[in-house]
Amino acid sequence: MVPGDGNGFFYLVPWVVFFPLIGLLVNLIFGRRLGEIAVGIVASLAVGLSFVVSVLLAFSLGIVHGPVVAHLADWISVGSLSIPWDFRIDTLSTTMMLVVSGVGTLIHIYAIPYMRRDVRYNSDPGRYPRFFVYFNLFILAMMLLVSADSYLMTFVGWEGVGLCSYLLIGFWYEKGAAGIGNAKAAKKAFVVNRIGDFGFLIAMFLIFWGFGSLQFGTVFSKAGQVAAANPGLVLAITLFLLLGVTGKSAQLPLFVWLPDAMAGPTPVSALIHAATMVTAGVYLVTRSYPIFSLVPAAQSVVAWVGAATAIFAATIALAQTDIKKVLAYSTISQLGFMIAAVGMGAFAAGMFHLVTHAFFKALLFLSAGSVIQGLEEAEHAKLHSDGRHPARKGEKSSGPLPVEASAQGHAVDVQDMRSMGGLRGRMRTTFWVYLIGALAISGVFPLSGFFSKDEILADASRLNPGILVVLLVAAFLTALYMGRQVVMVFFGKPRSEPALNARENPALMTTPLVILAVLAALGGLLNLPGIQTLNRWLAGTIAGLEPGQFILPLALAALAIALLGLWLAWALYRRGYSRMSDPDPLRRILGPVYTGMENRWWVDQAFNLIFVGGYRQLAGIFANPIDLGFIDAVGIGLGSATRAFSGWLRRIQTGFVRSYALMMLLGVVVFLGYLILR
Amino acid sequence: MSSAISPLLLVTFFPLVGFVIVLFFNDERPDQRAAIRWTALVTSLLTFLIALWLLSQFDPKNADLQLVIRIPWVQIAGVTVSFFMGVDGLSILLVLLNTFLIPIALLSSWDGIHERVKGFTLWFLLLEVGMTGVFLAQDLVLFFVFWEFSLVPMYFLIGIWGHGQRVAAAFKFFLYTMTGSILMMLAILWLGIQGGSFALPDLVAAHNIAPVLQTWLFIAFAVAFAVKVPMWPLHSWLPDAHTEAPTAGSVILAGVMLKMGAYGLLRINLSLFPDATLRLAPWLALLAVIGIIYGAIVAYPQKNMKRLVAYSSVSHLGFVVLGLFALNPQGLEGSILQMVNHGLSTGALFLLVGMIYERRHTLEMDQLGGIWRVMPLYGGLALTFILSSIGLPGLNGFVGEFTILLGSFGSKVLGNPWFAGVATIGVILAAIYLLHMFEKVFLGPVVRAENRTLKDLTAREILTLAPLLVMIFWIGLYPKPFFMLIAPAVEKLTASIQVASLAMH
Repeated sequence: MVPGDGNGFFYLVPWVVFFPLIGLLVNLIFGRRLGEIAVGIVASLAVGLSFVVSVLLAFSLGIVHGPVVAHLADWISVGSLSIPWDFRIDTLSTTMMLVVSGVGTLIHIYAIPYMRRDVRYNSDPGRYPRFFVYFNLFILAMMLLVSADSYLMTFVGWEGVGLCSYLLIGFWYEKGAAGIGNAKAAKKAFVVNRIGDFGFLIAMFLIFWGFGSLQFGTVFSKAGQVAAANPGLVLAITLFLLLGVTGKSAQLPLFVWLPDAMAGPTPVSALIHAATMVTAGVYLVTRSYPIFSLVPAAQSVVAWVGAATAIFAATIALAQTDIKKVLAYSTISQLGFMIAAVGMGAFAAGMFHLVTHAFFKALLFLSAGSVIQGLEEAEHAKLHSDGRHPARKGEKSSGPLPVEASAQGHAVDVQDMRSMGGLRGRMRTTFWVYLIGALAISGVFPLSGFFSKDEILADASRLNPGILVVLLVAAFLTALYMGRQVVMVFFGKPRSEPALNARENPALMTTPLVILAVLAALGGLLNLPGIQTLNRWLAGTIAGLEPGQFILPLALAALAIALLGLWLAWALYRRGYSRMSDPDPLRRILGPVYTGMENRWWVDQAFNLIFVGGYRQLAGIFANPIDLGFIDAVGIGLGSATRAFSGWLRRIQTGFVRSYALMMLLGVVVFLGYLILR
Repeated sequence: MSSAISPLLLVTFFPLVGFVIVLFFNDERPDQRAAIRWTALVTSLLTFLIALWLLSQFDPKNADLQLVIRIPWVQIAGVTVSFFMGVDGLSILLVLLNTFLIPIALLSSWDGIHERVKGFTLWFLLLEVGMTGVFLAQDLVLFFVFWEFSLVPMYFLIGIWGHGQRVAAAFKFFLYTMTGSILMMLAILWLGIQGGSFALPDLVAAHNIAPVLQTWLFIAFAVAFAVKVPMWPLHSWLPDAHTEAPTAGSVILAGVMLKMGAYGLLRINLSLFPDATLRLAPWLALLAVIGIIYGAIVAYPQKNMKRLVAYSSVSHLGFVVLGLFALNPQGLEGSILQMVNHGLSTGALFLLVGMIYERRHTLEMDQLGGIWRVMPLYGGLALTFILSSIGLPGLNGFVGEFTILLGSFGSKVLGNPWFAGVATIGVILAAIYLLHMFEKVFLGPVVRAENRTLKDLTAREILTLAPLLVMIFWIGLYPKPFFMLIAPAVEKLTASIQVASLAMH
């Protein structure tokens, strides 16, 4: 390891965290006085400066290779445990920093106009600064996560982003089903993530007692030696880390929180629940590659968890009607691709897909937000005169006004794709960028998703053919559900009044979309077959990284599968679905299978019944029959026996403080006297 | 005792100055009522300053007792009892915690206590004397005197200024604690008469108690301390005491008094009975782990906020005891720091609960809901303290919990990682019950009309919470100064236990 000895800009690294910190403090303290635009600019600038620092770090790494560790301060030092606040600058951490702050900046800018409207639709403009405080806090925690030099410091960021996720899912904490739906979704996200964090914690305990440190450098240098001496320990470490990964990256079986997380405002879904936070698990596995590559058994577990998640979530995405829910399940599925990749040991492919996915999924979410707000604005304008507000999914019964509106059957769910249609001509920019995003995620040449997905598939063909088959099916489903969504939203005729009146959003919102669209389109350039820029860049951190492959027949097959999926969607939905009352064309074909997909295979219900309901019952039993009924009763029984015995004592209780004080003094004297005279 | 006046005596007994002054006031008259409050507050603030001065006199590198004062006092059966006080790394933070929380608690009761202000204040100042004395006493009889001395004021604070079933709750508190104390008293007498000294360092140095006797004496002390902690299954007094206690009483009860139990285990059981400690550690760890999980599960269905926080204390103090009996530096240092952390976080939670009680006169969560929208600052601060209690990294609770769990996971004495492994589930459960409480009270729409007009925090209330807020960030982000105070004394303790363990094998 080279210490930060003045070479390059490495000494700047703490600023990737400090800039967001300053931004959030400014907005926390002065937010209400600054005005909305200023708040947004401060927050965006903070992230933008963080991005600039990340660029400088990457630039410096181009000159000084190898990891650089920058010390900021001491943190926990107890006995042999020593955890400083140290930053690790290498090509892997810098890649993540660039993605987080780069995409983060764009989403911050987008959120300036988006949230201006959102706070008004939700009739609490005063909450505007709070959004950006949370948003900056998220960037802070995420930068900490990716730049940490130890597992424990990573964990700080890891739980920190979880907190921000909690705060932002529950941003409108008085909305949602029965007024509490959003808050419940937020709590669910936090608790499910904590189950994952339990795994992370246990893994850290195992690492510390096995390796004597939690610093990446020490742990990785000892990995081979420890694995040789104690293979079971390393296996346990990787499996507990995997539990953490399944929580944060929404993999089977802990994915259940992510769809509910869509209750947060759309920029949140884009930044946290698509582009950055949920990829932390992929990053963690890649970061821990020296450990994972030593245990093939764990690697294949990781890979299969990813692959299973990829196909499972894709089937659910196919049958959702909420525009954001489709994207949520799509995210779970795409994260499955990444986890499968890094599980197989195809770290560069996984990271490549992480980057391109950040581009196109952020793009898709923000464009979906643009669609939603287009409809909302139209609905709002129409309802404004009679004082109603448009309803969002799942909150028809909340708040004073939407109740009335939905009771009269006027309010349209502005996130329901069935009430959209024909937006192609009404929201031109949104349509085109959405199309680019959809084609990119489907893996259409020459957009970014084609290259990154293809690299995963090529590696799978070499490393694990079984996974290749699963991922190919998932890729087909991806194209199908994306095609379905594009057709339902943008083609055909408008199926509701807001869709009919929707108009394009202001330039401040569409500009980030266009930039992201360019990135989603050209992202493949980062790691073109043969040139392999990203591969070579990451090889500076990940030893023994094999060059990515390009297998032409496989690439063509994947492309054909993608086009088949898109064509099928077009064929089924272009004509087959024209009115809101029409049944979904896929339902006719798939029958009960479609019902299963539509109901998310009843996983949520089962989860609620077994875990939530079960725990509630268990806690009830513990609280009443056991604690009050038994443990307390035993104490009371003993107590009342004593009380009966000493009933006369109560006569002394006069209620005068002075006499009590006197008694107490007397008591002490008597006690001491007794002791002395004994 | 180089300086003219012992800082230990001063920090322990200075509150009596305020006590004497307050005696001259008459709380029937409103102007004098204010004077009483101010006198008590200023006294307790000065006491805290004295504690800081004590800190400046304290040498953190020295593992031994410092600033010792030892005056022969009385004789019991021919054995000398001395007024023997000293401070070391095991106790310095607790003295600071106590003197830090008392003024905060007094400030919190500024508006909440209207009746018998004088009595309240007098008891409070006595309480401070008793608790500081417990942490500084090095003679077992003196320790016992302070231990009992602190019990009485708390009994009256709950019994007179509490809510609802206050007398029953106070009585329950008193009975539970006294029952434990009797065993402790017998053990102390036996030790002193057999050992020829009541001074703890003398008894430790002699180290001549037969192993079987060690076990019985260990248990006698441990029961007294376990009631106070409280450890499962001796916790039943705590939810009632907390629910009925006035806010300031709850703050000190949870913040400081419970630590007397954990501190007793640390100061007396661990140093005096190393063989028994090594033998019984897994059993105490087991009870601690049960307490962690049990407290967390039972906290969840509670409908009253104070009961919920009370059960959370059962869970959190379980971590403290688990760390103690890990008997390695991580476990012990984490445990001592966690005593402070719990004092800060749970103290703050009781303050917050008291603030809503003063506004709504209820603690039933069903009566609340959506408060964040009405009281934004209050909601934000409540969330911060709840997160500290949940153990969010970056805040204080995490530093303690993590080191405790890490230490007990690899503890040679406990011998297997299951204790810590199961205890770590408590981290998940804490998120469940605390976020549940946050949701019920702060989130969702404001349904009840009486909640719509609640006023956000006053300047005084902000002032009571601000010092705690600073501390939870400080310890969370830069705990080094705190660990530095603890480390040498803990190393000395672990070394002595190491010796005992070698002798055993």
